[in-house]
Amino acid sequence: MEKFEKLTSVAAPLPIANVDTDMIIPARYLKTIKRTGLGEGLFANMRFKEDGSDNEEFVLNQPAYKDAQILVAGNNFGCGSSREHAPWALMDYGIKCVISTDFADIFYNNSFKNGMLLIKVGPEELDMLMDDAERGANATVTVDLEAQEITGPDGGVVRFEIDAFRKHCLLNGLDDIGLTMEKEDKIASFEESHKAAQPWL
Amino acid sequence: MSAPKTLFDKIWDAHLIDESDDGTCLIFIDRHIVHEVTSPQAFEGLRTAGRKVRRPDLTLAVPDHNVPTSDRAAGIDDEESRIQVETLDNNCRDFGLQIFGMDDIRQGICHVIGPEQGFTLPGTTLICGDSHTATHGAFGSLSFGVGTSEVEHVLATQTMIQRKSKNMRVTVDGELPLGVTAKDMILAIIGEIGTAGGTGCVIEFAGEAIRSLSMEGRMTVCNMTIEGGARAGLIAPDETTFEYLKGRPMAPKGGAWETAAEYWKTLKSDEGAKYDIEVTLKAEDIVPQVTWGTSPEDVVPITGAVPDPSDESDDARRNKMERSLEYMGLEPGTAMRDVRIDRMFIGSCTNSRIEDLRAAAEVAQKAIDTGRKVAGHVDAMVVPGSGLVKAQAEEEGLDRIFIEAGFDWREPGCSMCLAMNADKLTPGERCASTSNRNFEGRQGPGGRTHLVSPAMAAAAAIAGHLTDIRDLD
Repeated sequence: MEKFEKLTSVAAPLPIANVDTDMIIPARYLKTIKRTGLGEGLFANMRFKEDGSDNEEFVLNQPAYKDAQILVAGNNFGCGSSREHAPWALMDYGIKCVISTDFADIFYNNSFKNGMLLIKVGPEELDMLMDDAERGANATVTVDLEAQEITGPDGGVVRFEIDAFRKHCLLNGLDDIGLTMEKEDKIASFEESHKAAQPWL
Repeated sequence: MSAPKTLFDKIWDAHLIDESDDGTCLIFIDRHIVHEVTSPQAFEGLRTAGRKVRRPDLTLAVPDHNVPTSDRAAGIDDEESRIQVETLDNNCRDFGLQIFGMDDIRQGICHVIGPEQGFTLPGTTLICGDSHTATHGAFGSLSFGVGTSEVEHVLATQTMIQRKSKNMRVTVDGELPLGVTAKDMILAIIGEIGTAGGTGCVIEFAGEAIRSLSMEGRMTVCNMTIEGGARAGLIAPDETTFEYLKGRPMAPKGGAWETAAEYWKTLKSDEGAKYDIEVTLKAEDIVPQVTWGTSPEDVVPITGAVPDPSDESDDARRNKMERSLEYMGLEPGTAMRDVRIDRMFIGSCTNSRIEDLRAAAEVAQKAIDTGRKVAGHVDAMVVPGSGLVKAQAEEEGLDRIFIEAGFDWREPGCSMCLAMNADKLTPGERCASTSNRNFEGRQGPGGRTHLVSPAMAAAAAIAGHLTDIRDLD
């Protein structure tokens, strides 16, 4: 997994609440057996018109946001399906960080396991960052994971909280499975006592 | 004496392997169901790292999302779908996992076959790479829907890294009125708590109305826990649970059954257990529900009307409503009963079990008895949840009732719950659906979904518009 330390980029505003994973990546794109290439389906139903051409009104199609690596979105981003294709699509497209007031649980987990940073901020801070994002190409935002700070285009700083374990894994690009396997003794001994307690399983 | 525990606390504690100082926990997973959509990248990850499946004996695989629900003799037309299903077959062969393939009568939707086989058991932890894994909570199984990284993690280690969720309890007191079902109950609950109401929580469903539900009804309720944003749903196991499970192929037998049942009886929340959030509803207040918008929380009684965004004072919510109504092609103030439909879908992991089909068939039979059929402009499909559900329905003659009344009787699978196989809505088509999500494009790009119970769906198909099941007699 790639490390996430610091990111400076234009931030694209998506002021819609409850952006669900079917919106992020419609089911017809889930037929792949690979993790890569899903960026082409990102927000497909909003990004493209019925004839397949670009919907110029959609934020990521606007010239100012072509290179955005940060998304500022409405509350409860990522609700719905457990498809990890949602963070894969965002990452493959180039989005590395999403800022919102809250995220759906499964999407939250899935994103961190792919090196994407999700930041929860208060409603007023989100309004402020949304305003910053609306300013387009000249307004870059810097996210510093180590310092747990977002710096806006005018130098204003928003502090954010993050779980220490997730931060550690992201900063160091650590793979969960490798970490868990280091606990093999504990797993094996649990397995034995669990089998004794519930032999029917 | 130790502090009183909730059902969730008890199952969690019985599976806790390790807890770090910061509260990150490692828990053991007893059951893992794998399907074709969220697993290929996980198996690929195992191969790349040279890892094995740690406990093939605790893992069961089935293809469901991509399988056609028409005649399968010719295989799958769509190449990508076919590759995904074949990839699951190959992975199961390579890693030594049991699979119910497309031509196996036990094949079906992963959340239908787990309980049907007795693979899902009380007091277990269960995961699947699908958000509707919450379904299995109906058995008092702590069941999490996860993404592909976690599928890979469980395949490799049989464990999951997680912080403990909060305890939430939703109590539904009293008795459901006639014509009101488990589906109406869960839609009403989501309407009450909102689509993010359960975020960070495991919801225990309790109260007389929950206890009175059959296992099928309980599965419908737990299935949609995720639409309320919760990590999992739980219902304490009781005699209804044990009666359903006894004799199932993978359930314990003989002496093991007796020992297990003794333990399962202890799986209920202690008196005085603490919940972080409590919500109470009265069953008698619930009427048949229908969604009007593009989130499961956008729900009204069938007797109600499409809401007016101008009545909403909160900007963000008003914008969301306007966007939903534009997508749904609905005018504020329209009576829900006047909304004409083009399609009807009975199926999905929410409502495709035998009891759901019986409820819909009863409506179909009434139509036949009064000389009616599915409305001429409506295409109505009924998709059983598994090969075994289909066989049982056919044994009971339900298929003949459906066919006589003008419904299309199909092969088992996820079907039109999500636009991933051949069954989908075309842009602008409006569907009364027993599935779980009315998101934009969920049943096909531009498709418009109204979530309802199986009986309400069947009644809508016959009337040609959304209708109150209670008006049918």
